[in-house]
Amino acid sequence: MPEILNMLIASLIPLLFILTYAIVILWVEIKVASHVQDRLGYMYTGGFHGWAQPIADLVKLLTKEHITPVSADKILFTLAPIIVFASSYAAYAALPFTSTFIASNLNVGIFYIIAITSFVVIGILMAGWASNNKYSLFGAMRSVAQIVSYEIPTALSILTVIIVTGTLNLQEICEMQKGGIFNWIIFKYPPFMFITFLIYFTASLAEVNRTPFDIPEAESELVAGYHTEYTGMKFAMFYLAEYANMFLVSGISAILFFGGWNSPFGEFLSGPVWGVFWFVSKGLFFVFLQIMLRWTLPRLRVDQLMYVSWKVLTPISFVNIMIVGLWAILK
Amino acid sequence: MKQYFKNIFIALWTILVGLKLTFKHLFVRAVTIQYPDVKLKLPERARNRLYVNIDDCIGCKQCEMACPVDCITIETVKALPNEDLGVTSTGNKKRLWVTKFDIDISKCCYCGLCVYPCPTECIYMTDVYEFSEYKRHNLIYHFSNFTPEEAEMKKKQVEQFELEQKMKKVVKPSEPTTVSNPGESEMKS
Repeated sequence: MPEILNMLIASLIPLLFILTYAIVILWVEIKVASHVQDRLGYMYTGGFHGWAQPIADLVKLLTKEHITPVSADKILFTLAPIIVFASSYAAYAALPFTSTFIASNLNVGIFYIIAITSFVVIGILMAGWASNNKYSLFGAMRSVAQIVSYEIPTALSILTVIIVTGTLNLQEICEMQKGGIFNWIIFKYPPFMFITFLIYFTASLAEVNRTPFDIPEAESELVAGYHTEYTGMKFAMFYLAEYANMFLVSGISAILFFGGWNSPFGEFLSGPVWGVFWFVSKGLFFVFLQIMLRWTLPRLRVDQLMYVSWKVLTPISFVNIMIVGLWAILK
Repeated sequence: MKQYFKNIFIALWTILVGLKLTFKHLFVRAVTIQYPDVKLKLPERARNRLYVNIDDCIGCKQCEMACPVDCITIETVKALPNEDLGVTSTGNKKRLWVTKFDIDISKCCYCGLCVYPCPTECIYMTDVYEFSEYKRHNLIYHFSNFTPEEAEMKKKQVEQFELEQKMKKVVKPSEPTTVSNPGESEMKS
């Protein structure tokens, strides 16, 4: 019995984290968007700079009617948002929030995350197909093409990190980077780990469908891509999954390259509680970077997207993996 | 091959340049004006809602004629000889009761053409611009002091008076009948 209780608590903590984080990041995204454009954004709800607006939006979405198009495939249509959210939520299980908390300390942690996030593709294709709407299908097809092709540079850059660490366990990877900022993997084998990080960051941006790789849900072309037909809570699930995925890839870059829950000052300000702070703030920094990139770069064309993946990121990551591998052997 | 690496370098470099620009704008003061809380000062000659100072109106109907969209409706009734309407603030003598002075502000095009011909400067543009209504008939502004009933009464009084004058004329046919409107002759005297 206590074992089940433990599992329940361990699974609830990431969920609570995702929900609070989503509300915060919705506010941050709108605020960053408006201030980049020299506007104010929402200012009324809740008093201080409209901090309660995301909560109001969420309540509104909860009370909205569920509309299923007549010609939609009812079962797949309902199942798709659940799969999309569940797969990104399941990936949080292997994410070490601090030195003492990890929902599931898997030996194949990072491999499990790559595997489970691939389910998102299935959910998105399901949503686009089941909607029975040409724009949704277009969005889903683009999304699948994009995610499948960017999975390769992502996996290859993660593999480069694995060569350095020699383990797939994320907790051990974090443990390995203890002792100050210069022990972080990004500073190893200069400058190849930095190049690896750039590849990973670009590819992960494409994996979570963020600008400049947001052609699957290009507002100006496809309305909203694969979630055009969704309303109410199902729509909110897609949004939640998108934001959860954003933190997931940011958290992985924090763990793989920037020391995870380790303090940048060695022993100073370290410990389980500070660990949460460092991990979450590192993750949020990359989420912030993703948001800033959204308001900086225009959307890529489909052929440019494929060019970046197949002709730039993949060959460079292959060369990278060879150099780092040789260096690791010869050392 | 050289071009390939150059392209990659340019791509990364321009992303950094763009990020620098957006980051700078993150701290630029917002240009938004929080409208209902903060209002911009209107220019001095701004033309917004029309207002009529009915105490100064002499019922000359010049504004009604000047209006290009016919949004002003004026009805006047002559004052009886025993009634004194006083003078306007500009010193003009008032000779007519203005029984109806309606401006349909929903038709108004804010051209301000009615303002210039007014001899007593009683119709003018104010700086009020927040006057939306839920019902369209609320946008017809009644500036006259008369209710419709009072206006009707006034009209009847004048008709009665004119009838009496006519009766007098019929009784005394020897008098010259060149003046067709006895009321007017009464006022001129």
